[in-house]
Amino acid sequence: MSTFPASAKAVVIGCGIVGNSLAHHLTRLGWTDVVQIDKGPLPNPGGSTGHASNFIFPVDHSKEMTQLTLESQRQYVEMGVNTECGGIEVARTEERMEELRRRMASAKSWGVDSARLVTPAEIKELVPYIDETILLGGFHCPTVSVVDSLRAGTIMRERGIDSGGLQVFANTDVSGMDVEHGRIRRVHTSRGVIEAEVVVIACGVWSPLLAAMAGAHIPLTPAVHQMIDVGPVPRFETSSSAIEFPIVRDMDVFMYERQDGVGLEIGSYAHRSILHDPDEIPSIEEAALSPTEFPFTQADFADQMEHALELMPEIVGDESVGVKYAINGLISLTPDGMPILGETSEVKGLWSAAAVWVKEGPGVGKSLAEWMVNGESHIDLHTSDASRFHDHQKTRAHVKARTFEAFPKTYGIVHPAEQWASERGIRRSPMHAQEEALGAAFYEAVGWERPQWYEANAPLVERYDVEPRPAEWDARWWSPIVNAEHLAMREHAGIFDLSAFAIFDVKGAGALDALQHAVLAQMDVPVGRVVYTPVLSPGGGFKSDLTIMRLGDDEFRIVTGGAHGMADRKLFTDALPDDGSASLVDVTTAWTTIGLWGPQARDILSSVTSDDVSHEGFPFGRCRVIEIGSQLVLASRISYVGDLGWELYVPMEQGARLWDVLWEAGAPHSLTACGIGVYGTTGRLEKAYRAYGAELETEYNVVEAGMQRPSVKEQDFVGKEAHLRHREEEPTAILCTLTVDDHVSAAGVRRYPLGREPITLRDGTPLTDARGRRSYVTSAGAAPSLGTYLLLAYLPPEHAVEGSQALAVEYMNERFPVTVTVAGATAPFDPENARIRS
Amino acid sequence: MKALVCVKRVPMTGGRIVLTEDEQAIETKHLGFAISPHEECGVEEAVRLVEQHGGESVVLTLGVAEAEEQLRDAMAIGIDRGLHLVTDGEEWDPEATAGAIVEAIRADEAASGPFDIVFFGNESADSGGFQVGLRVAHALGRPCATGLKSLVVDGAAVRCEQEVGGGRDVYELPLPAVLTVLEGLNLPRYPSVPGRMRAGRKPLEATTPARPDSRLELVRLVVPAGDAKQAEILGRGPEAAAAVVDLLEQIGVAL
Amino acid sequence: MNLVLVDHADGVATDVSLQALALAAALGGETHALLIGPGGAAAAQNVSVPVVHVAEHEALDAFAPDAWAAIVCGVADRVGATAIVAPGTGPATDAIARAAVRLGEPLAANCVAVTPGDPLLLTRVRWGGSLLEEARLHAGRAVLTVAPHSIAAVEPGPPGSIEAFTPELADNDLVVRVRDRVAPPAGGVSLADAKVVVTGGRGVGSAEGFAPVEELAALLGGAVGCSRAVTMSGWRPHTDQVGQTGNKIAPEIYIACGVSGATQHIAGAKGAKRILAVNTDPEAPIMSVADYAVVGDLHEVLPAVSAELRRRRG
Repeated sequence: MSTFPASAKAVVIGCGIVGNSLAHHLTRLGWTDVVQIDKGPLPNPGGSTGHASNFIFPVDHSKEMTQLTLESQRQYVEMGVNTECGGIEVARTEERMEELRRRMASAKSWGVDSARLVTPAEIKELVPYIDETILLGGFHCPTVSVVDSLRAGTIMRERGIDSGGLQVFANTDVSGMDVEHGRIRRVHTSRGVIEAEVVVIACGVWSPLLAAMAGAHIPLTPAVHQMIDVGPVPRFETSSSAIEFPIVRDMDVFMYERQDGVGLEIGSYAHRSILHDPDEIPSIEEAALSPTEFPFTQADFADQMEHALELMPEIVGDESVGVKYAINGLISLTPDGMPILGETSEVKGLWSAAAVWVKEGPGVGKSLAEWMVNGESHIDLHTSDASRFHDHQKTRAHVKARTFEAFPKTYGIVHPAEQWASERGIRRSPMHAQEEALGAAFYEAVGWERPQWYEANAPLVERYDVEPRPAEWDARWWSPIVNAEHLAMREHAGIFDLSAFAIFDVKGAGALDALQHAVLAQMDVPVGRVVYTPVLSPGGGFKSDLTIMRLGDDEFRIVTGGAHGMADRKLFTDALPDDGSASLVDVTTAWTTIGLWGPQARDILSSVTSDDVSHEGFPFGRCRVIEIGSQLVLASRISYVGDLGWELYVPMEQGARLWDVLWEAGAPHSLTACGIGVYGTTGRLEKAYRAYGAELETEYNVVEAGMQRPSVKEQDFVGKEAHLRHREEEPTAILCTLTVDDHVSAAGVRRYPLGREPITLRDGTPLTDARGRRSYVTSAGAAPSLGTYLLLAYLPPEHAVEGSQALAVEYMNERFPVTVTVAGATAPFDPENARIRS
Repeated sequence: MKALVCVKRVPMTGGRIVLTEDEQAIETKHLGFAISPHEECGVEEAVRLVEQHGGESVVLTLGVAEAEEQLRDAMAIGIDRGLHLVTDGEEWDPEATAGAIVEAIRADEAASGPFDIVFFGNESADSGGFQVGLRVAHALGRPCATGLKSLVVDGAAVRCEQEVGGGRDVYELPLPAVLTVLEGLNLPRYPSVPGRMRAGRKPLEATTPARPDSRLELVRLVVPAGDAKQAEILGRGPEAAAAVVDLLEQIGVAL
Repeated sequence: MNLVLVDHADGVATDVSLQALALAAALGGETHALLIGPGGAAAAQNVSVPVVHVAEHEALDAFAPDAWAAIVCGVADRVGATAIVAPGTGPATDAIARAAVRLGEPLAANCVAVTPGDPLLLTRVRWGGSLLEEARLHAGRAVLTVAPHSIAAVEPGPPGSIEAFTPELADNDLVVRVRDRVAPPAGGVSLADAKVVVTGGRGVGSAEGFAPVEELAALLGGAVGCSRAVTMSGWRPHTDQVGQTGNKIAPEIYIACGVSGATQHIAGAKGAKRILAVNTDPEAPIMSVADYAVVGDLHEVLPAVSAELRRRRG
């Protein structure tokens, strides 16, 4: 073995599936000085990869996870370690059948076209040892496969070594890391100290311990998932390969069963959440099997034996078939169920590649390598971004509480709008008491309790004759009050609590240049202007979209949605110049924001301030400090709900007072408290305002999103070259607003799609653009002012034809006809923007 | 046939033994537990005897509350019922252990008749005291054969084979008898899922015997220092073959 | 006064019995020896203690542990022994345990050290040698066995005197006696006697995977062994198992292939003069007990070694 180097460009800690993939792809992309280490031996260092069940079900409701999984599967196939066996998710209940229909929708949206729904008889044909009489049906995906992840890891590692760019050292412990001026400097190992520009933690369940060495956080927790192996199974003795029958996921009881040679492996996510601390994991010498194979707790598997017996009595009930192997296997769980990928927000140069399962390992490795080498990954990783966590989310208590709650949802039916029950009430706005008094239905976003709607507004439902949603699933986590509040706002005025905004002040002589370079829009505007701007990736796709107020020559205030706030904070912090001529301060908790919009907003505001808030005196897109009673309020005349009005900023401690003042002043004007249901969905959909994370992500560019400005600023900015190119090209897709024509299902019930459903031709043929992207609903919701239900979706140009009635949305395995109402960014409601500019 | 097998719950250690801070026990935080290996074969043998001759099999353990796991494991492969002499985790020396077992056997025999055979492991994997079976046999006044690798019940006698250097010694004991067995007596079966499920419902009787003072009193445990060897690496992969054969020649076994 | 029960075979005291004598010597005071059964008188010639008691009786032609125990108790009473010591393996172990029971004394099995005193302090073996127990023995008479091959044996030498006697034997004590001797089931070289043992562990992968292991063992005239994981998987019979609950081996060289080195397995190989480990993991636990190592896959290394052996033999 070569001597341990004193320095390297990159040190990758971890030889599991992720570390191996990353090391390979880094060298493939041209890095020649990569060192990979693991405290365990090769080929199996003893982490979760070593005992993983190794199967891949590509269809996930998350686009990001599905893309990572499909990419991983491509790599496994190329390496010759992929065995296609097919997989069936079976349903014992009607509720689960509905969920399987949603699976079909996701399959179509993400392009897994061989998937289909199957009857019990068809399941029996595919899996003869199943008792199909207890099933209602299934979701069959023929491309489900099992992989040899250890072999794949070895292949990828060897490719890295063969390229000359990678050295690998097993049996190497990490004892510490040095950080200087916020940047990683070196790693202390049992073989010596190594200086490094970049360090990646790909350590699975041990990751939090490694991160802590550098003062960073990787909020995951090791959790148990049980698995047993029974055999020898008489039926499998004549099998010519390790897996000849499809894998079965018995979703309703949170279990899976798969053939493994002459044995049947039975896994369970059904037991109580069993969480461990990373520092509890034994060393390799101490562990009887491996550090991530814990002793089996029989009591937790008692019910599962019954369920397995019910489903597969031929095998499980056979007295000659013995339980040969049983473990509590350790896997990594995160509070929101997504991996943790990217540069940590605490330490520059320290990257996380953690909480990744075998099914997305190679894809993650490739994407992270692209991000590290090229500054951007092909697959948008924003929901896995390591910098997404707010402070409270990094604490052990929060991680444990949420993973404890999340574990039973592993095979569960999770509504897209489902709220967490644990860890509530952590961040409350100054208006919380008033909102409670109004019967706020609080929804949580990154710890903030935000009213989604107010029960006190229930009488408005009848007043505005709002339709209910008759199907339970569509009506879950929704209320017709949202639509009623919307209409009240459009008729009179609405007041909104927007405390969850993330707000950063960038100041200094270098502030303008720094922001100019970071965002698309022209930032050298007069003081007192509000700029709405996308933030682009190097490839010209969307990294964010937000507003920036110029408060002074050298002073700017960035305001962005709370959900993506921490990632945005890192983005701008990274954009600051090295010479210290600009600084960023997070003032999120210094300011609270109250929104006031509607035709009577000016009437209300002018009644509490003597400042000139007329249209001429306070034009749209301006910001200025005004006096409201004894309060100095930064008023910003913009509107995400597309109506006349302002965002009003006061110090946090004065929020309650401002709310009360406006509330009183608004009474004669029928001011209505409005929740985030209006702010985030109905208001903006009517105006076709795009949202980051829904329509806007790196996969789509500014032109496709219909957001290009008349001209491009001459200053350089991230993504400029790509953006100019996109302006020259014909767009491959066009973001459109669609209206649902007929909501009535075959069963005679009005249905309301919630988002991510595929857009197809009326006969069900999916739409695919020239870059291979499927058309699917990026946002869905009511447009109460129009009396319609709107969907946003990117369509191939040939279908982006206003008035077209060729299309449908596929929801719960049924097609509902849609009309293309708008091709592009024109608002369906008030297209001239008369209200905003009144 | 009424057969009793006595088992002990022992930890399944890995490549290195770690002690608790007070040096009184092995640190078992991450370890699984099992029936001591010799006894596993005793359990299998008891099940086979009853399968062959009809009757009833019973498993007994003196151990902590968690040792119920081992009793259920035995029941999962076919033992009919269990007796749990529950302790609080303190060490019981062989004399004390045998005493409690004798009492439990006498109580059970008074209720439902004598055990034709009482099985013990030759010695437990952990403490290896080698004498519990003999003490129980002596107290019950029954013949005992040790170190058995094979046995056949024939009417009112059992013919059993003890492994010795160069062969096996054959004993013939009249029943009732006490037998201590070695791993290799049989290949224990794995429980089936239905067997596991049934095990949970089989009868289990628990008592809490008082622990007498130990005459063989544990002071502390010590992990031996070992030679701290550093293996001399002869080579890597097939290229090391020449160096290996050199070594074999040097030792004189390569001829 | 210490009484040592000495095992013997073919007219010679066993090595472990000579180690038992060494343990007795550590107790201090005078030591007598006791030999029972045919050949005892011959073996007594080389047991260097002041007095060797030799029990002879026609009913003792076949081993009968309860009878032996009765004899031990009788002699112990007669000479006023305060300690009775025996080797920790072989018929004497069985007899001495029964003697302890009869005497109503605890038995401390597999001792590696003693410190005289009241109570006696001793160190004994647990987990086949992977753990040691320090204990106090509260007994009227100390009954001990010595852990095999843990203490240096005393040198053989002539005794002070030999006292032969014919013990009284009760019928009851002859119920448990050897009726017959049969050969062990499997043929081939016995693991316990083999000069070379080649073992395969979990790393072999399957029953068929043992082919290179068998080939090498055959070439070296050695025996094939396996770890418990292999036996439990049904790849090889228990008679091949090396370990705490399997065979104890003492070869010139023990070649351990694909064996991680769990303590229970190593416990069976403590008698090996040298250990050569073949493993893909240079930090496997076996590496810290092995003298030599080849880092590699046994499926590649063993055939290469076999080929090299053949090549050199011409």
